[in-house]
Formats: sequence, structure tokens, C-alpha cells
Amino acid sequence: MNIQPNSYRTQPDDRGHFGEFGGRYVAETLMPLVLDLEREYRAAQADPAFQAQFDDLLEHYVGRPSPLYFAERLTEALGGAQVWFKRDELNHTGAHKINNCIGQILLAMRMGKKRIIAETGAGQHGVATATVCARFGLPCVIYMGAEDVKRQSPNVFRMKLLGAEVVPVTSGGATLKDAMNEGLRDWVANVHDTFYIIGTAAGPHPYPEMVRDFQSVIGTEARAQMLSRTGRLPDLLIACIGGGSNALGLFHPFLDDADVKMLGVEAAGHGLDGDEHAASLLGGSPGVLHGNRTYLLQDEDGQITEGHSISAGLDYPGIGPEHAWLKETGRVEYIAVTDDEALDGFQLLCRTEGIIPALEPSHAIAAVTDRAKTMREDEIILMNLCGRGDKDIFTVAEKLGVKI
Amino acid sequence: MTRFSTAFAKPALVCFVTAGDGDTGANLDALVEGGADVIELGMPFTDPMADGPAIQAANIRSLGAGTKTADVFAIAAAFRARHPDVPLVLMGYANPMVRRGPEWFADECAKAGVDGVICVDIPPEEDEALGPALRAKGIAPIRLATPTTDAARLPTVLGGSDGFVYYVSVAGITGKQQAAQASIADAVARLKASTDLPIAVGFGVRTPEQAGEIAKVADGVVVGSVLVELVGQHGADAPQHLKALTASLAKAVHSAAKTTA
Repeated sequence: MNIQPNSYRTQPDDRGHFGEFGGRYVAETLMPLVLDLEREYRAAQADPAFQAQFDDLLEHYVGRPSPLYFAERLTEALGGAQVWFKRDELNHTGAHKINNCIGQILLAMRMGKKRIIAETGAGQHGVATATVCARFGLPCVIYMGAEDVKRQSPNVFRMKLLGAEVVPVTSGGATLKDAMNEGLRDWVANVHDTFYIIGTAAGPHPYPEMVRDFQSVIGTEARAQMLSRTGRLPDLLIACIGGGSNALGLFHPFLDDADVKMLGVEAAGHGLDGDEHAASLLGGSPGVLHGNRTYLLQDEDGQITEGHSISAGLDYPGIGPEHAWLKETGRVEYIAVTDDEALDGFQLLCRTEGIIPALEPSHAIAAVTDRAKTMREDEIILMNLCGRGDKDIFTVAEKLGVKI
Repeated sequence: MTRFSTAFAKPALVCFVTAGDGDTGANLDALVEGGADVIELGMPFTDPMADGPAIQAANIRSLGAGTKTADVFAIAAAFRARHPDVPLVLMGYANPMVRRGPEWFADECAKAGVDGVICVDIPPEEDEALGPALRAKGIAPIRLATPTTDAARLPTVLGGSDGFVYYVSVAGITGKQQAAQASIADAVARLKASTDLPIAVGFGVRTPEQAGEIAKVADGVVVGSVLVELVGQHGADAPQHLKALTASLAKAVHSAAKTTA
């Protein structure tokens, strides 16, 4: 079971399996589309023109490479390892999500698709999708849980400004997983002209691989930047995990650097001892949902339970299958951080570095705070600061008891 | 002869309701009394991705009433005891089926007298997740063919399928639009050229007229959402309404004259 592979970077296999995870658990109606998508993705990967267009848009539209930043005052405040940030919150639209959306919309156009759909939780992926749809002139429908529509009204307005139709989903708990169900229902009914831009490294093969590949620009840049700035690799990578795309984007290019440790941070919500969390790896078990086998929050009968996190972007009862595999192999360590700890991390970063982070990476900041103190001053932590916090100021104000 | 081959010897009416939504035992009896030839019992799931609003609502009602997997098997076993000859199929999603392992699920199916299983989100490519365990217990894995299943892919879908083939006549979710009769006839002919298994056609079938037309070209007609809506509307009084509708559907299906060989 725990045999170590020669490389951690060769997954998935040709059926989309990461060890026992991943795969293509979709209805027959979608299966031919998923196979077609895989063929088209392979062709795009082999086409230098596709890669050139992707790189060009990342540079001139998204604003890449994002900076690698030494957080001097935070490092001083913590009194341990050096803390460095990959500044993906400086991307156009304010998070890492846009990297993947650029890749997928180029693929959609290559396949001749005329209509884009997507699901969104916090709204960051919805905004990123609406953005690329506006950029390329394709109609766009975003499915969003009705609860999230209420919690994230600024992002709903952004999507509408960008020309997207936002459909509130009222089924189930009316959050991200229900939005994904509705996205799949739309796709199955509009198979001929519609491309589904999935926002995280989950779903049926080839999505987990494809999203990871598009997001790997984060780790590829960071690795080169770190070598150029410090002449060495970091000792520890830290990233938050909902579905896990920003973490995989950072981790994947480093997976075969044996001396680089990695820490994925899930959302513990009100604590792992109760039901009010979104930590699929630490508090869940393997199962099948949304096209892949992975760790899920579920009851003894396999019914999916609702996640909870202060961060709508982490509030999903599953996780990308590659993370499930990386956990089983032991290559990546996973922990969970509570709402309150994330809120402390949020405020700490605001005051030490003048950066208002999103609540999602605030979970990673909480983990950085803990780990840095236990490490030497010549050691380096590299954290992916994957989103900015403008969208979260209302949630934070409410939590702090401030009226704005 | 299996229960399936007997049931599909003439055009068969296949009726679906969700387990644990209302008095399922009484509802199933009403379907059989009305003339249903095959029963599809839906296993409730929190995330029924391939279902439209009617069956989504039934899933929520059932889970809200506290239905457990053990209750689904208890309903199945009691049905089998009352109706020894009527084929019984469980239909649902992968996660509740594989939660305790595929062998456990197949074993429970066998003990409850279930004849076949339709799992919406296990395509042939992931067959090993459930198929081998079912076959080992003599339970038929019933596969879905759809309008997007092309000729190149059809052998993959039909291989390892048993009991009957469920032709999903529209690319979409349950209970929505209905396919054109001509496209159904073409699709069934295409399937028949590739398999000896009976072909049942479903998705969007709501009236005896539609059912009768489909029965002219297919071996079976699947009706679900309209029945589930009756359960939602009438609750404890649902059986009489189910029986009345099933009787008119059965009459149309059983009297359909084949237009093709």
C-alpha cells in the first residue's frame, strides 16, 4: 500500500486514476464528452501554438509572473523561519482562479464550443469565468448556491457586470456542491454546444489533471524565482485547500524535490470534533461524488453531508483526487485550521504586511504562524497567497462585530 | 428464464418510485396492481445529479423522513416476499452503493431478491467499482445507453450489461422534455442490431399515448417522474392515483402493436 513511487509527478494513469482515486464517474450521456475533452486536451498540450497563447494571456492579461515576496515584518513577528509569499492575489480578478479559466476557455474555443457554464462557491471562480467569457465574447451561465449568492453579493454583482447570467441554486444546502450538481445537469442537457469550466482540481478525468496543469504555473514560477533569489529551494510549502487547485498548482512542480516538505491546510470550521467543518481529508472518508473517487464528508450510508467554513471557497464536502492520493502516499501532510484561527491569521497579515488576504489563504497563514515558530531562521516557508480579501470584508466585519 | 426475460416477453411497463418517499410498500403494490411489469426502486441520494426537479424533490422527502440504506433493502425484501415474480431493480448513484464496499452491496441485493442494479454514475470505464461484485451474486448490472453513445462506443456499453438495456431517450435530466418518436425508433433499431437484451426506453415519458407509441418500437417503457409527482402530491393517498395512472399506461403499452420486427 505504501510503496513509494519513483516520481510523484506522473499521475494520473491513462484512465485518470491517482492510485485508487480519481476516475470518470459520470452518467453515460457525459462519458463521450469527457473522452472527447481528454483527446482535445492531449492535442492542445502537444500544440506549441496553444501553449504560446496561454503564456501570452497569462503575461499580458493576468499579469504573470506574480511576485515572490519576502514577508519581512511577518517573519520578524513570528520569530522563526523566513516567510515568503507567492503573490497570486495580485492576479487580474484577485485570485489564482483566472489561470485555469484562461486555459479552459482556450480549450473550449479550440473545440468549437459556443457557450460556457461554471459553478462557483465564494464567487472567485465565477468572476474569473465571467471575465474570460467577456474577454472572448462567449455567453456564460454561472450556477451559485442561493446561500452563497446572499453571502457573496459583491461577486454576484461583478459577474453580472461582466455579462454573465447568475443562476441561484436552491436545491440541497444551496451551496457549492449543489451549484456543481446544477452545472452537471445543465451540461448533460446541452452536450453539443456547452463547455463546463470546472473551477478546482476535481470532477471527472481529465479535469483534475487539466486544472492542475493550468495552475502549475504558480509552482513553476515560484521554484525558479526562489532559486534565483535565494539560490535554494524552500523547506516547506504551505497552501489552503478547498477543492485544492491552488495547493496543487504550487506543490506539483516541487513534488520530486525530496527535501521540500508540503503542508495542505483544510478548513476546520468550528472544529473537527463536530460536524461543522469542511475538512474532507482529515474528517471524511473515500467515496464517489461529482465524477471522481476521493475523500468526502459523508454519513455511514454514503449520503453527502454539508461542509462548513467561514470561507465560502473552502466550503465543499470533497477534495481533488490527487490530494487524496498525496495524503495516502504520505508525500504531503494535511492539517486543518478553524474559522477563528483563520480570522487571526487574516488580521495578522493585514497589520504586519499591509496585505488584506482572502479568508481562504488566511487558513494557510494560521498554519504558517504555527510552523514558522518551530523552524530555524535559515529555513524558508513558501506560502501561496492565492486570493485577496476585498470580497471578504463584510464577512470579517460581521464576525468581528463591526457594522460597515 | 429469469424474471426479466419473462417480463419482457411482451412490451413491458417499467415503473419507478423513490424508496422511502411515502408508504413505498403500498405504492409498489399499487404499481403492480395497475399492471407494472418491472419495478425500479430509486435509492435516495443527497446529490442526484442526473435527476430533474420531481425526482430531486422525492430524494429530499425520503432522506428528510430518515430513510437509510437498510430501509431500502427492507422495502425490497418485503416487495420480493409479496411479489415473487415481478423483476425488481435498484436505481441510484454510486456513493451509497459502494459505501460499505461493492461486495456488501451485492450481497444485500441478493438477500433482498433484487434482480438488477442501475447505477447512474458508474460508466463501463469504472465497471470494477461495482460490476464484478454484482455479477458474482447473479445481479444484473443494467447499463444506460444515450443519444451521445455513438457506434464506436456502443460495444463498450453493451459488454458486461445484463437484464435489459435502458435507453435514455434524451440528452438531459429526468422528467423534462420528451424525445421525438422517430429518433427513438432509430436508436432502438441501432441497439437491437448490437444486443439480444431487451431495450427499455425512458426519460420524459408521462402519458399513456407516449408510452403506447414507444412500446410499438421498444421492449419496454420506463415511467418515473410523473409517478413520483403523484407520490409528492397525494402522500398517503398516492396508491389509488398510482394504480389508476399505471393501469392506463399498462393498457397502452400492452396493447401496442409492433411496427418493426
